Amino acid sequence: MTSVGTSVARKEGMDRATGAAKYADDLRFPGMLVGRTVRSTIPRGRVTGISLDFDHAGFTVVDHRDIPGENTIALIEKDQPCLVNGVVRHAAEPILLLAHERREALVSANVRIDYEREEPLYDPTRSEQVFKHVLIEKGNLERGFARADVIVEGTYSTGAQEHVYIETNGVIAVPEKGGIALHGSMQCPYYVLKALKVLLGGAVQDIRVIQTETGGGFGGKEEYPSMIAAHACLLALKSGRPVKLLYDRGEDMVATTKRHPSTVRHRTGLTRDGKLTAMQVDVLMDGGAYCTLSPVVLSRGVIHAAGPYRCANTRIEGRVVMTNTPPNGAFRGFGAPQTQFATEVHMDRIAETLGIDPVTLRLRNALKPGDTTATGQKLGPDTSAIDVLREAVRRSGFKRKRTKLAGSGRGVGLALFYHGAGFTGSGEVMLGSRAGLETTPTGVRILVANTEIGQGTRTMLAQIVADGLGIAYEDVAVAQPDTAVVPDSGPTVASRTCMVVGGLLERCARRMSEQLNGASPAEHHVRRGRLHVEERYEAPPGRQWDDQTYRGDAYATYAWGCDVAEVEVDPVTHEVRVAKFTAVQEFGRPIHPAMAQGQIEGGSAQGLGWALLENVVMRDGAMANAQLTNYVIPTTLDTPPMDVVMLENHFAGGPFGAKGVGELPIDGPAPAVVNALRHAGLDVRAIPATPEALAAAPRLAPSRNGETAAAPPANGDAA
Amino acid sequence: MKLTVNGTPREIDVHPLKRLLDVLREDLELTGTKEGCGEGECGACTVLVDGEPVVSCLMPCAQADGCDVTTIEGLSGEYPLQRAMMREVGAQCGICTPGVILAAHGLVEAARKPTLERVREALAGNLCRCTGYEAIHRAVLSAHAERHGTATAAAAAAASEA
Repeated sequence: MTSVGTSVARKEGMDRATGAAKYADDLRFPGMLVGRTVRSTIPRGRVTGISLDFDHAGFTVVDHRDIPGENTIALIEKDQPCLVNGVVRHAAEPILLLAHERREALVSANVRIDYEREEPLYDPTRSEQVFKHVLIEKGNLERGFARADVIVEGTYSTGAQEHVYIETNGVIAVPEKGGIALHGSMQCPYYVLKALKVLLGGAVQDIRVIQTETGGGFGGKEEYPSMIAAHACLLALKSGRPVKLLYDRGEDMVATTKRHPSTVRHRTGLTRDGKLTAMQVDVLMDGGAYCTLSPVVLSRGVIHAAGPYRCANTRIEGRVVMTNTPPNGAFRGFGAPQTQFATEVHMDRIAETLGIDPVTLRLRNALKPGDTTATGQKLGPDTSAIDVLREAVRRSGFKRKRTKLAGSGRGVGLALFYHGAGFTGSGEVMLGSRAGLETTPTGVRILVANTEIGQGTRTMLAQIVADGLGIAYEDVAVAQPDTAVVPDSGPTVASRTCMVVGGLLERCARRMSEQLNGASPAEHHVRRGRLHVEERYEAPPGRQWDDQTYRGDAYATYAWGCDVAEVEVDPVTHEVRVAKFTAVQEFGRPIHPAMAQGQIEGGSAQGLGWALLENVVMRDGAMANAQLTNYVIPTTLDTPPMDVVMLENHFAGGPFGAKGVGELPIDGPAPAVVNALRHAGLDVRAIPATPEALAAAPRLAPSRNGETAAAPPANGDAA
Repeated sequence: MKLTVNGTPREIDVHPLKRLLDVLREDLELTGTKEGCGEGECGACTVLVDGEPVVSCLMPCAQADGCDVTTIEGLSGEYPLQRAMMREVGAQCGICTPGVILAAHGLVEAARKPTLERVREALAGNLCRCTGYEAIHRAVLSAHAERHGTATAAAAAAASEA
């Protein structure tokens, strides 16, 4: 009996539906204190004085001098301090930590910080500090433009986005004999462990990190938990007692990372019949005050910036720069939603310029098996751009609606997109992930550091192992991620858990199977003792990547999607209602179809929120609307009925043909909606497309064939 | 103050303005009720007070004096919507799930089959960032059918395949 491909009962059982599941805030330890973070109230300057205007009795107070190792949150760079030592680079930067038994005492403790202010920089176009610059070149751009009949240019921008996991960031640090245990809400226990080792130096021997039930992540609990964990550990070490540090919603929104705002400029050459001859793309992202993961966000962004299209002459240049706002960081999609928003909106403008319908334009240029991407990667047989496009057009009745809705104040638009599975470039090789499998008296237990944060990690990995071993799914257990127990199988990010870690576990299962000699794992365990196997990631033969030139196989493979959005715009309020949403996506093979569908529906809703509702308002370098009252995410009344189709095109390099599905669904909704708004007569080049923005948007006139009118193709540029 | 929680009479000595949410989580150790925003926007802390859904983060406990409060722990664990939320993957990360289940409780209990629009309206105050709500809607409709014995063999089969 196989479990892969069926929606088996989840490993979590009923705990999430009964209230029995314990999240960080539900845990208590004897003698536990509560922590508070005192943060900067200016965006840039120097701390000139700190005064604690309260009775210190019962308080633990920590500043940068209490850090035994390096004052940094180690990630790609070591530029971000754990606690401010003089220099403030953004608002809400952590300066001082307090702990006390009573939350009321903590809240009322008055800390005065004096500053010498400096002029903040908010405009990324004026920033001279570049965290990362990438250049991707293919063919000969000048020759490509010379062959073009038409050149279309455009600039597109996207706003920041807050993750709004419904469980805010929270951890508990517990001093243990000779060391410390950190329990918390997180995606990547080993990232936290690495950061704590650098912070605590040799002062603490045994550090272990344990993931608690995690109420959503979406990238927001990729790197940030290292910061809150560091703070809780410092307070716990100084007080000698367990310390819980939990952000309320306002602090979580003000202080933690957001999706990078972006501006993307396109200049595109085409023949009159709509074949791409040259693509020039310029990407600028706002990194905020510290580097965090910005270099790799930019990387994924630029690699996806040409969209799922074939063009012999391409030049993509990207920069991510420093500004005096809280650092931006990982968010589902990781740069690719920003760049593909630009490409897909630009494609509809090209279609308009050429007088070709948007489906035909895409069909003429969409990547096919054997084509090469901008980095020169030759695509395999699991390349489904054409398939998802055709299916989405057919299912949604796109062509009929395109004609029918023209001039009605309604509109229908589509977006074609793709998403690389696993770490970019040589990332997986550098990670060298390890996954383990051991026998138990009742079957086997999976040993990986990948976290279940709602997406179904435990269940999906157990399905792969069960089928790999040929045993019942029920006989597979999954260890709670605890760095003292599980090996470093890498972070839970980048749509990698199923394809990469699932792939390692499939190998573990097959190797264990050979060693069992026909016995069941439980029989072997009882009669001959524990059997343990571990597999380490190795690059597939033939995969090439050059980090300097950005040439080669950027990803192991890609997942493909086409979304169609149908919108109605209120003529008075300019509110947009998404009436219908169709998502056709191919990500190899769904291991657990119901959960895979949940990724598509949830990612699509999050993308629709980013497109239409979610507006991070920055004032004096800080988020001014840091509350759910006026940072609005989609509710049941804002989300459309969704028609989800999962096409299968198995990837030989993935477990049972699977790729990754976590991020793909958030690439398409924003451009599909904006293209639908364009069809409805509104020229939108930036998101969020709030009612205020739409009221000010230029109007387009519909033409007789349902396509919006634009200047006829001419020899000159259409801007 | 006195109140009945999940059928058991409780007497507690707390400040009358303490949030019902904190009384439940801290004084009564019923941590199944979650805090998502503390401002009544997300619905994660929804409980039933005298049968009506309320956001317990906005209710001073004095207001619940003498009332009958139901939290997620008060359901059996076998309640149709609890099972449907797991089966249909209406619960992903699970943090909003207790609130969603209690907010939809009235719909599931009512004899009349709710329309999809009615489900959307009833749950408009409960934010979920994982599911896009589609699976939650499926779970509520499926639970209603199960609760009232109207689930046909075909619907049950479809639900188990979904």
